[in-house]
Amino acid sequence: MLLKHTTDEIKARKALTINPAKTCQPIGAMYASLGIHGCLPHSHGSQGCYAYHRSTLTRHYKEPVMAATSAFTEGASVFGGQANLLQALDNIFTVYNPDVVAVHTTCLSETIGDDIPQIFNKAIADGKVPEGKYVLHANTPSYVGSHITGFANMTKAMVDYFAVSNGHKEKTVNIIPGYVEPADMEEIKRLGDIMGIKTIMFPDTSKVLNGPMTGRFKMYPEGGVTIKELKLAGSSKGTIALGNLASGAAAKALDVKCKVPCQILDLPIGLQATDMFIDTLRQIAGVNVPDAVTFERGQMIDIITDMHQYFYGRRVGLVGDPDQILALAKFLVSIDMCPVYIVSGSPAGKKFVKRLEEITQEVPYEVKISVPGDMFLFHQWIKQESVDLIIGNTYAKYIARDEDIPLIRFGFPILDRVGHSYFPTVGYKGGIRLLEKILDAILDRIDRDSSDISFELVM
Amino acid sequence: MTGISILKERKKQIYQKGAEPFSITCGKHSLAGSVSQRACVFCGSRVVLYPIADALHLIHGPIGCAAYTWDIRGALSSGPELHRLSFSTDLQEKDVIFGGEKKLYHALIDLIHEYKPKAAFVYSTCIVGIIGDDVEAVCKKVSRETGVETLPVHSEGFKGTKKDGYKAACEALFKLVGQGSVDNISPYSINILGEFNIGGEAWIIKDYYKRMGVNVVSTMTGDGRVDDVRRSHGAMLNVVQCSGAMTYLADMMKEKYGIPYIRVSYFGLEDMSKALYDVAEYFSHNPEIMTCTQELVRYEISRIYPELQKIKTAVKGKRAAIYVGGAFKAFSLIKALKYIGINVILAGSQTGNDADYEVLRDMCDKGTIILDDANPLELSKYIIEKKADLFIGGVKERPIAYKMGIGFCDHNHERKTPLAGYSGMLNFAREVYLTVTSPVWQFAR
Ligand code: SF4
Ligand code: SF4
Repeated sequence: MLLKHTTDEIKARKALTINPAKTCQPIGAMYASLGIHGCLPHSHGSQGCYAYHRSTLTRHYKEPVMAATSAFTEGASVFGGQANLLQALDNIFTVYNPDVVAVHTTCLSETIGDDIPQIFNKAIADGKVPEGKYVLHANTPSYVGSHITGFANMTKAMVDYFAVSNGHKEKTVNIIPGYVEPADMEEIKRLGDIMGIKTIMFPDTSKVLNGPMTGRFKMYPEGGVTIKELKLAGSSKGTIALGNLASGAAAKALDVKCKVPCQILDLPIGLQATDMFIDTLRQIAGVNVPDAVTFERGQMIDIITDMHQYFYGRRVGLVGDPDQILALAKFLVSIDMCPVYIVSGSPAGKKFVKRLEEITQEVPYEVKISVPGDMFLFHQWIKQESVDLIIGNTYAKYIARDEDIPLIRFGFPILDRVGHSYFPTVGYKGGIRLLEKILDAILDRIDRDSSDISFELVM
Repeated sequence: MTGISILKERKKQIYQKGAEPFSITCGKHSLAGSVSQRACVFCGSRVVLYPIADALHLIHGPIGCAAYTWDIRGALSSGPELHRLSFSTDLQEKDVIFGGEKKLYHALIDLIHEYKPKAAFVYSTCIVGIIGDDVEAVCKKVSRETGVETLPVHSEGFKGTKKDGYKAACEALFKLVGQGSVDNISPYSINILGEFNIGGEAWIIKDYYKRMGVNVVSTMTGDGRVDDVRRSHGAMLNVVQCSGAMTYLADMMKEKYGIPYIRVSYFGLEDMSKALYDVAEYFSHNPEIMTCTQELVRYEISRIYPELQKIKTAVKGKRAAIYVGGAFKAFSLIKALKYIGINVILAGSQTGNDADYEVLRDMCDKGTIILDDANPLELSKYIIEKKADLFIGGVKERPIAYKMGIGFCDHNHERKTPLAGYSGMLNFAREVYLTVTSPVWQFAR
């Protein structure tokens, strides 16, 4: 009973978050920055946040996470951080020699109002940014939004800083993958590849945060979108943005800036959302869907058919990031499961909540949604009436243990398991994996709880 | 990777034993632009106070500071678990503009009403320092209205280093000290300071003292209770471990209550035994305590000795790099490693001071690299140059070690097993053994 202090009586709380289901903007920006090739993320603020952001990403990915800090002291917090950032850029290019430095702000530098572009101009004028090297920045005050907002802002900054239209349309299609795992980005690219489409994905953390063990420490691993590709993104045929909250801003900015038309889709989690993604990709690129893709789709449906009786009517609690819970809720409903409690810590707007309500309107139970909400409330709901399954990040394990409910780890952060950065949950293959996880959880529970008499070999 | 450039300003923070004269610069702020492994004031306060399990810990600031420190340390409690929940005022833009005092007030009132904690700690984070909330006043008001003592912890991140956070935490604790009754406290009594009960370490240590006939009034702050802290001034002696964190409190208690203190370390056979003997020595007017201590040490060492010897044969001659928070920990680690035949080729700390580094230098063999506030490039450069087989560090160092194909041992947050005490030494040796001799490295290198 780790969370024995959680009560089932729900009282109004306005001034207080208990057990947050979100983190702050800079970590999202840091994650996005790592998806640029040869990039060193830089946190413009004091050392603490930055240390926490690096630790949390390190714990989640189990990979070295590099970033630099402006190391604010009291002086900087009073007189502004310009001197710190100038010195930082100088030091960074001298010692760590990245191709790109991606600066994000923190609560502190935001509040004192540092003007990053102006500082960049000064740095460039002073020769502190060597020839052929790049800088970019995003404003990421943490008292607005969440880590998702930070991711979105940094991704948009990639467009603002680099995308240019070269006057004619290239064959490429841009894909903005959303706040997903490196394995998901890899899977989305793979689907593009087998459809014979040249894609530009940004950010792209595959091979950066799920790289191989080589016996050497590399400050800048292989992967990541290059600046050349980011420039070219301005001349692509079109953009697919996956997940409105994490990717919408960049896609729209690219449309405005370079007239690259965009389509904003749900994250391709589950059958319908993946269908939608494949179909949109097909249309933009003007290709046919190859048999290999149809084959994978068929495999996924096969599993759903074979096991459909086990999904029926199961009550699920979903807690996580908005784009993810939306796609997940839709998927669950489509296989006859019942997402009954849905919580996201990140604010996502009224429209978003309305969509969730639409998606779950056929669910034969009362569906409770809280966006933004926290895990404490989520737990209180479960205490009032339990669920058969929880899908959420590692912190949900306290609730799962206390209430004896199976948990599928999904989202960010996952601090106590591996796999999430190597195996996708998007696309048909990812859908198959997700189905496997759901079935394992449910069937393990049936096995555990069944009496000797009803314990079965074949299920 | 060996050809890295080291900044002029950093050169003085790196020293190789044997190169004279000895000079190392420390206590400096990290350079802007560094990939520092260090944290902030808030972090320091949070780790010190976190294990007080029957207190309320409310983080006043935007969500991040609370989210990242939510139950990341395995500071175990034998009773209440209130400390494992994450409470935050989750400041929003309008709070930053109009101030967050009201929000703080309401949050405290709600929480105190709901959980009836023994006391409440309010941590100020960076932003609170900038917008200038009068946390002190809010806490006073809440204390008055609820009768639950509400203590501000001045831990604005930018106002210094982790060390300053320790200080802020000590100041908050010191306010509690002296409030409780000292009735029925034995004349052979101590407080344990700077022990955080990671993986249950405080329990091991308390058990030793108990067996010696010494009474522990309070452990600060591992498995901590507010009321114990309140009566801690009744103890005869303060025993300070992890000197960086709590010496400040010991000093204040010495000044105000005349309680002397000794500095100890609970890591490694040598230091652990010394920690017990020093206490026995202090109570030497009761010779029975010394007799019990001798017996205890003999018994405990003989229990683990055979296995330690076996491990020693297996790991002898391996090379280790150490990069930890406090320098004091590094001393113990070096001794413990030497005991099992492992050479230390690099020793670094995030927060060491001049005196610490001199001790380090004296302890290390010729050629050992000593580093203050290092970055991953430097660490990896010396690990390759000096052919380390093992890296001992914290969360951010682990994947760096693994990528380079060498063993790793966590001596910071992520520990599951206690490393303090005699059984802890055995755990440590086992951990070292299993990682440096793991068959996985044959595929890695
Ligand atoms: S905001 Fe300040 S207090 Fe919070 S983690 Fe960052 S440096 Fe530390
Ligand atoms: S919420 Fe703000 S101050 Fe706290 S860790 Fe995040 S950026 Fe730093």
